Amino acid sequence: MSSTTQAVRAGGREWNATNITGSALLVLVAAWVLWNFIDAPTQTLQVMILGLCNGALYALIALGYTLVYGIIELINFAHGDLFMLGSIFAAVMIADVFGQETSNPAGWLAFAITFPLAMAFCGSINVAVDQLAYRRLRKAPKLAPLITAVGVSFIFQNIGILWNGSAPKSRNSVLPSGGLNIGAISIPWTYLFTLAITVPLLMLLTWIVQKTRQGKAMRATAQDPDASRLMGINTNRTIAFTFALGGAMAGAAAIMYVQTNGTTRYDAGFQLGLIAFTAAVLGGVGNLTGAVLGGLLIGLIQGLNDGAPHGLGQEWSQSVVFTILILLMVFRPAGILGSQTMEKV
Amino acid sequence: MAAVTAAPAKATPPRRLIGKYLQPAAFLIVGLLVPTIVTNVPAFEDRWLPLTTMVLCAIFVLFTLGLNIVVGYAGLLDLGYVAFFLFGAYTAAWLMSDFFFQIDPGIHIWSAAVPTAPGINISFWIVLPIAALVAAIAGVIIGAPTLRLKSDYLALVTLGFGEILPQVFRNGESIKGFNLSNGTKGIAPVNALDMYWLSWTGIVDDKINVFDYTTRYYVIFALCLLFVLVSIRLRDGKLGRAWLAIREDELAASLMGVPLMRTKLWAYGVGAAAGGIGGAFYCVSLGGVNVDTFNFQFSVIVLCMVILGGMANVYGCILGAVILTWVNYTGMKEIGNAINNTFGTTIEMPHYQFLIFGFVLVLMMLFRRDGILPAARQKQSRAVDEQIEKIGTEEAPA
Repeated sequence: MSSTTQAVRAGGREWNATNITGSALLVLVAAWVLWNFIDAPTQTLQVMILGLCNGALYALIALGYTLVYGIIELINFAHGDLFMLGSIFAAVMIADVFGQETSNPAGWLAFAITFPLAMAFCGSINVAVDQLAYRRLRKAPKLAPLITAVGVSFIFQNIGILWNGSAPKSRNSVLPSGGLNIGAISIPWTYLFTLAITVPLLMLLTWIVQKTRQGKAMRATAQDPDASRLMGINTNRTIAFTFALGGAMAGAAAIMYVQTNGTTRYDAGFQLGLIAFTAAVLGGVGNLTGAVLGGLLIGLIQGLNDGAPHGLGQEWSQSVVFTILILLMVFRPAGILGSQTMEKV
Repeated sequence: MAAVTAAPAKATPPRRLIGKYLQPAAFLIVGLLVPTIVTNVPAFEDRWLPLTTMVLCAIFVLFTLGLNIVVGYAGLLDLGYVAFFLFGAYTAAWLMSDFFFQIDPGIHIWSAAVPTAPGINISFWIVLPIAALVAAIAGVIIGAPTLRLKSDYLALVTLGFGEILPQVFRNGESIKGFNLSNGTKGIAPVNALDMYWLSWTGIVDDKINVFDYTTRYYVIFALCLLFVLVSIRLRDGKLGRAWLAIREDELAASLMGVPLMRTKLWAYGVGAAAGGIGGAFYCVSLGGVNVDTFNFQFSVIVLCMVILGGMANVYGCILGAVILTWVNYTGMKEIGNAINNTFGTTIEMPHYQFLIFGFVLVLMMLFRRDGILPAARQKQSRAVDEQIEKIGTEEAPA
């Protein structure tokens, strides 16, 4: 790690060309949302809520990226594919092991049992990969673990192909169909359920990181691994724990993804992983609340773009997400909640 | 570990001389003789090393050399190299076909197309610098706003561009009524490779036949050779030393008076130009473009070639490109067939392609991080690093 430090931006908000352009863009986006809203209020509200629920999934995956990046500065390319493996695992458990295809009490029970299993499955795979591969590369140049992660991602994808086939498979949801109707807006129960699961998970995660002894060790390791080791922290175990947490979040996202989207596909991890990582960066990578906020925001924007009357439509979805990412990088590189001073360069 | 630290001591002057010329000589001889060998050995021609694969290998060598300048020399992680490939390929497709049929009678400049054809039909040899220029400009435009970012973010932004551009071209069938890229149908056919400037000697025909892989191979090999020279000359020159300085320590480099932005943009420009040339040749060689070719996988695979072969070492990159391309297009299939024939199994090797690929990457990173043919500089610094690391471990209680 080179010890160069970037000049810390002077406190307070300066009104320069970059800031003004950035603000103008924000105003434009707000105007666009308003335009949609005035033209078709119910449709806009509907897609916004659905987008928000999709955003909750992105947030869960983004947490895994942000946790790992926060502690060892590794863009974990394999994380999206870990999520994909989790989704296949969850679908296979519910449909083939428990034999549940429809929404009934037995199906709910299967879901309830599979939920922690999927979390444990993804968490343990993540830890195993860390211990087998990334651990040996802690002192290596940054590119080495990154390429390793790409390699692991290839391995996961191939396992996904062998497990699920190269074509998408449709899976039945075991959660109640239908949804909550408020006026003309209807929100599927599965989406509401996703939201209801994300929030407590985030709270639990924040509690672990902020209040527990293990969380303190995590924060210390993130700041300075060598100093932490000198203070008697088992940094290796702490990093492994972080990988476990991130994996577990991906597992939770995976089972909810199967329930809401109803398909498993081997390349799901690639798309969602990219979006989730964008979410993590959007919120300020390494920042937990930021990751969730970024995920929700991207879900919202994607929902509006795909479904709102003046959106560009689904075929531009990816472009819109990445344009936001690039604009953000140009105008506010530290993310929404990230602060320039905290950045380790 | 001991072997690495002992290496500098072992290198006596005569060995160094051999070492200095071994890699370039091997590259030249093998590169020049491949078509002769391949066409004379039936086992190669039909199965193990068809010329089609060799042409692809050479195209990927060009891409790898280009990316090596960005990643290997300047140390800027680019995950969207596919963007330059795309620009090169589409530039060739636009300028060498009847795609813009609105232009009628068409523009013809030494083209292989029939004289009555509409659209823009320009000789490949004029399109080549145009494609390089278009890609280089794209590289600078992509690079300019993002080069202030630190490496991970840079990787992400380049990745973003690599995702957006193919989508733009995929949806570009009707942008406000204008057909930019013909969408998923792609642009085909593209005019054949024209050779008017050389055909008067009688070595080659005016137009290169679709099945004439030998000539095509020599053309792309010559382009590779050109880029090897460019890479090596640049590395040893002022610009190259500035790149290496930035790679090693950006702050120190800027304090020594290296203009960061300009130097980085040059790396992007030159690297992108190679991508553009490779893309243009790819398009002409295949006789068309299809937007599905341009995906994230491509960027990653080219990056893997650079790293697998040996970052910052031109010959390492060439080796990496040739090995991985061969494995991708021929090796995996043929090895699978050979195993099946010998042991009577029915393993579908290509199904395990990414599995094996992934394992190779991981194992390489764990056990031979500097690639198959590491650059001399890397070898040295690695040895020093390991010595430093050892100091700590020897004194620490087990």
